[in-house]
Parts: sequence; C-alpha cells; structure tokens
Amino acid sequence: MESSLLCSEVLPGGATWSHVLKRGTSLRITDIEGNANVAAYFLNFENPSERFNLPDTLKAQHTARLRAGHVLFSDMGRVLCSITEDTVGWHDPIAGISNAALIEKKYGKTTYQQSRNGWYQNARDGFLVELGKYGMGPRDLHATVNFFSKVVVDDSGAMQYVGNNSPKGSYIELRAEMNVLVLLNTSPHPLSDDPTYSAKPVELSISRVPAPMRDDRCRTLCPENTRGFVLTELYFL
Amino acid sequence: MHTTNLKPSPLQPEAALHSFIVEAGDPFVFEIKKDQVVRIVDLEGNQAVDTIFYNGQDYADRYSAQDTIREQGNIYLTTGTRLLSTNGRTLLTIVADTCGRHDTLGGACATESNQVRYDISKGYMHACRNSFLKGLQLWNHGMDKRDITSNINFFMNVPVTPEGKLTFEDGVSDAGKYVELRAEMDVLMVISNCPQLNNPCNGYNPTPIQILVWEVNVQ
Repeated sequence: MESSLLCSEVLPGGATWSHVLKRGTSLRITDIEGNANVAAYFLNFENPSERFNLPDTLKAQHTARLRAGHVLFSDMGRVLCSITEDTVGWHDPIAGISNAALIEKKYGKTTYQQSRNGWYQNARDGFLVELGKYGMGPRDLHATVNFFSKVVVDDSGAMQYVGNNSPKGSYIELRAEMNVLVLLNTSPHPLSDDPTYSAKPVELSISRVPAPMRDDRCRTLCPENTRGFVLTELYFL
Repeated sequence: MHTTNLKPSPLQPEAALHSFIVEAGDPFVFEIKKDQVVRIVDLEGNQAVDTIFYNGQDYADRYSAQDTIREQGNIYLTTGTRLLSTNGRTLLTIVADTCGRHDTLGGACATESNQVRYDISKGYMHACRNSFLKGLQLWNHGMDKRDITSNINFFMNVPVTPEGKLTFEDGVSDAGKYVELRAEMDVLMVISNCPQLNNPCNGYNPTPIQILVWEVNVQ
C-alpha cells in the first residue's frame, strides 16, 4: 500500500495544534523557512493517563537525541509514534519548553491588547490550554521534546544550544502506532540564541501509511524497540 | 571523578528531628517544611533513590527535570542546584553533596519499561513506579499516575556523551555518601528506594537508605 495524503495545513509560529493521529496514519512536519522549533507531546487518546515518557524513550534506545529509526515510548512500554523519516538527524529531547516568564525575560512583555495575534506566545501555556480542551490540566503535562532543535551535552554535563540545525525544507515524519493525541507548539526553543522572538511556521501533512513490517527500521533499531512493538501489538489484540 | 563538586555538611545526625530507614523496594512519603533540611544517605553504596518533590500547597506544581537542568545549564544535579517546579518556583536547593552528581534524565524503572529494556518476562519484577503508585495511594490525597513525573535519581550515574549517547554506568556513590537539600518552601517528598535488579544502578544489590530531617536553623 502506498502512502496517500489526507490533509495538509500550515501552523503559524507561536501557535498550538492538536490532533488524534490514528494508528495507520503519519504526520509529516516540514520546516518551511528553516530553524523552526516544534515542541511536541503525546498521549494515548483512548486512555490519556498513558502518555509519552521521556526517560523510558531515552533509556530504551540509549540516546539523548532523536532521529530517524527512534520511537517515542509511553510509560506503559508501548510505542506511541515512530520517527520514520527525518532529514535533520538531531532533535532535542532534554531542554523542555518555554514558559511565560522565560519568554518575557528574553524578549520583553507583550499583551494581546497591544499586539493582537502577534503577541509572544509560549509553549507551556499553549499546551496547558490545549490539554484543557480534552479535560486535562497541569498534572497531565510531563516532559516534552523539541523537533528541529539541537542541544549538546559535554563531558561535564554542560548543555549547549546549537543554532542553524534545521535547513529550510527539513522534515520529520511520525507514524502513529496507537491512536495518539499529538500536541504541537511552534514557540521558539527555550535556549534559542536568536535575540528576537522568531517563531517559525511549519507545514503539517497527514497521510495514510502502510502498517510497519517485521523488518521496519524503527522496529529493528534495537531489541528494546522490537519488544515495544510486540507490547503495542498485544494492546490491539 | 567529579570530586570538585564534593561538599560535606556541618549538620550532626544526633541533632536531627527525624531519622528514618527506608528499605530497598519501599516507598517513602514525607512533608518537608520550608527551611528544614533533608539528608538522604546511601548507607551501603551504589543505591539509586528515585525522588519526586511537590509544592506542599499545590501538588499540581511539581519538580520539573527539564526546567531544572535547562536553567542551570547542566544535566547533572549537585551542590547549588535549585530544584525548579513546573510553575518556576524553587522547591529545594542542594546544599551539601558528598557523592558529586546525581541523575535526572534516567527516570524511574517500571514493570512495563523492564519488559521493554530487558525481556517481556520481566514484567513481574518489582519496580519504582509500582512503589510510587503505592506511596501515593497510601498518602491518600488524590494523587495518581498522572503525578508520577520525571524524577531525580540520587546517587545514580547516567552519562550523556557529546554525540548524544545515553548510558547507565556503575554508580559514583559509595557507602555513607549523602546529599542534603534545604526546602525553600513547604514540599512533599516522594521516594522509591529502587528495587531494580537488572542493571548496575544499584550495583545489582538494592540496599537501605537513611532519611534525616533537621529543624529550621538547627546547626
């Protein structure tokens, strides 16, 4: 079965988006202008107490960066999404998201009254409002990831933001392995070295895709991922 | 390694207000009041102590691993680290540390993650997130799995390389090493003394820890 495009839209900078990405579909996020940042969070739509677990994702795959072949694990040992395509090679899973105080300290205060929809939005408030639409709140917002951004760690543990990580046209594709509530926010990375609030738009495309085969690159990346796929298949029996 | 971060405490155990022994595999839930000092002692060495702190007045405002490491610019916790909450408050500050560094990226083990990491058949071995659930249920203040967020692993060693690899290494801790924190506000401390037997985080031998709490301004 070939992939078939179902819908496509542009998410502006500083905005929040959510969608229940069904098992058997994929979401491609394209960095239209270059150097976008997309904060992302994932929950099992059928039982949202099961949600993305960052430590389990990093431990299982022995990684502190995300790229093609990696998967996003839930706290229940199942695979929420697989990263099937990626032209960037390093997405940041450790630095977390911006909040209102951080954005105001870096870029100054804006209000909706003065700036209308050009106000400086932040990822935490965006995610909390979006979770509210599904009856959830602050207790439901755990650790997140940042697509298209790069943060490296040296031998002393010091974290360093690396700019210009994502050329124009870069993309990452997430295949849903469960029915996943996906939340995205396009506010700047909290460690962005851009002196201005430069929230970039991204294109979001949803396609129907074939189910992963036994030799799928994400499934076979490591024995941990194979076991994660087995546990996910058991869930759908 | 990392001996530059070592800072002993002047506080004397005899002067402590509370002293508890927590056996491996047990949860421990305790309220720490503002300005009280809590010490966690790795009695026998190489013991991971999985810990989450909550704002004592609002449990929805809780320790945030990502905010804490980003704002200090370093993934390891040690003396001077301010443990930040999701709402940007400082919950506690690490004021003494004879181990040198502590992990907050590795998370807590779970029966489900044991199945993923080791073998599907390992799902019946004891794990930290079972202890967290039991501790929160016994605490009986309406907390549940949604409150089990990214934790601290005191005494655990999870290095990240410049190439972005993450590994579990033998602990940097040893018998009698401790970490001490001052509460900057009233907090709830929730601990799982880790029962993991499948990796070196406990030296394959989970052991008891001691919790000491000193009253305000007692030296």
